[in-house]
Amino acid sequence: MSNRLQTFKADWYEASARERIAGLLDAEGFIEFLGPEQRAMSPHLAQFDLTGAFDDGIVVGRGRLDGQQVLLAAQEGRFLGGAFGEVHGAKLVGLLRAARDSAGPDGPRAVLLLLDTGGVRLQEANAGELAISEIIHAIIEVRSAGIPVLALVGGRAGAFGGGGIITACCSRIIASEHARVSVSGPEVIETNKGVEEFDSRDRALVWRVCGARTRYLTGGVDRYVKGSIQNFREAAIALIAHTPAFELATLKAEQRRLSERLQRFGDCRDAPEIWRKAGLPEPERIAEITDDAFLAIPRIKGADHDAR
Amino acid sequence: MEQFQVHGAAKRRASGHRRQVITGANASGNLEVLVERVLPDLECQVEVATAVTGFRPIWEAVIKEFFERTSPGGLRFSINDGGARPDTVTLRLMQSVQLMEDKA
Repeated sequence: MSNRLQTFKADWYEASARERIAGLLDAEGFIEFLGPEQRAMSPHLAQFDLTGAFDDGIVVGRGRLDGQQVLLAAQEGRFLGGAFGEVHGAKLVGLLRAARDSAGPDGPRAVLLLLDTGGVRLQEANAGELAISEIIHAIIEVRSAGIPVLALVGGRAGAFGGGGIITACCSRIIASEHARVSVSGPEVIETNKGVEEFDSRDRALVWRVCGARTRYLTGGVDRYVKGSIQNFREAAIALIAHTPAFELATLKAEQRRLSERLQRFGDCRDAPEIWRKAGLPEPERIAEITDDAFLAIPRIKGADHDAR
Repeated sequence: MEQFQVHGAAKRRASGHRRQVITGANASGNLEVLVERVLPDLECQVEVATAVTGFRPIWEAVIKEFFERTSPGGLRFSINDGGARPDTVTLRLMQSVQLMEDKA
């Protein structure tokens, strides 16, 4: 149908998990594992009078990116905030273990995680927390087997809770302006520490603290992209070829980098204080400028690293 | 939560060759529709799981009108609903039939 919006032009933030996959991968050949017709749904949600999703909010499968074989998982951030439950988590663990077990010249070139999640589903919290641990373990195994794991974040739900930890365990992280990456979400902090500690309704504050621009400038995100699906595709293709070896020296270098960062900026109360200390131009305006102007800013020393 | 099925008779087999599509998301005010070409050519069916109880007569009216407008023979529609309005339900159902007409 010629009058339909062409997916590859579409905006990552607005797209569904399936639209993101369609625009990210090569046009032909995506094979979904445990598709919606299999109805691998949460067995827990009905107890809470909630309807489920036929794919439990995550699409997993195999496809090609610029001709290279990849395994991929995409969370649907609109279904229960993209949160991890038992089945949702098991699908991702299974995908990662399949990557690990098929490592080799004929195996996948990378695993792509299209994260869009508030963390663990409260309705199946124990199973969800266990899944997060298993996923982290599996990511480490995949990376140890020599396969890069890329996180792509730019959806409504961001990557919070266990999803934030999973993001940080990846070889490379790609994010757009909408992305937020953190562990305790703004509302969780406010609930526990009070509104004076953190006002979750102050969106500018939320993005200054855990938004993609702050993460990118301080090395918590490796590639900042403008928001189209095509931008994410190009960044993923470029980064697959440039992932650091996963070895002890890498981890020690990352530990050293983070210690230095904490020493240098640990007493800052807000992001502009970091930018001023780091000598970046016009620190107060970094959140407001266009993506092009932002990408022209030099990153803080040590942020562009091979140490993740 | 409420679950029920609505059966209908179709005048013809729904066009297109796709075996299955899924569209929408189960979110507040939205719904997901999974369509499968699994029924005899002159039958159609919608299975509804909705978060909101008490609106079965409206669902049945919306689905009956949809059957009459599109005559989706051979198709089984399965819905997970997060409290969508009737017009959104109609839109998603129409959209899903259109997607089934795309190339496989």
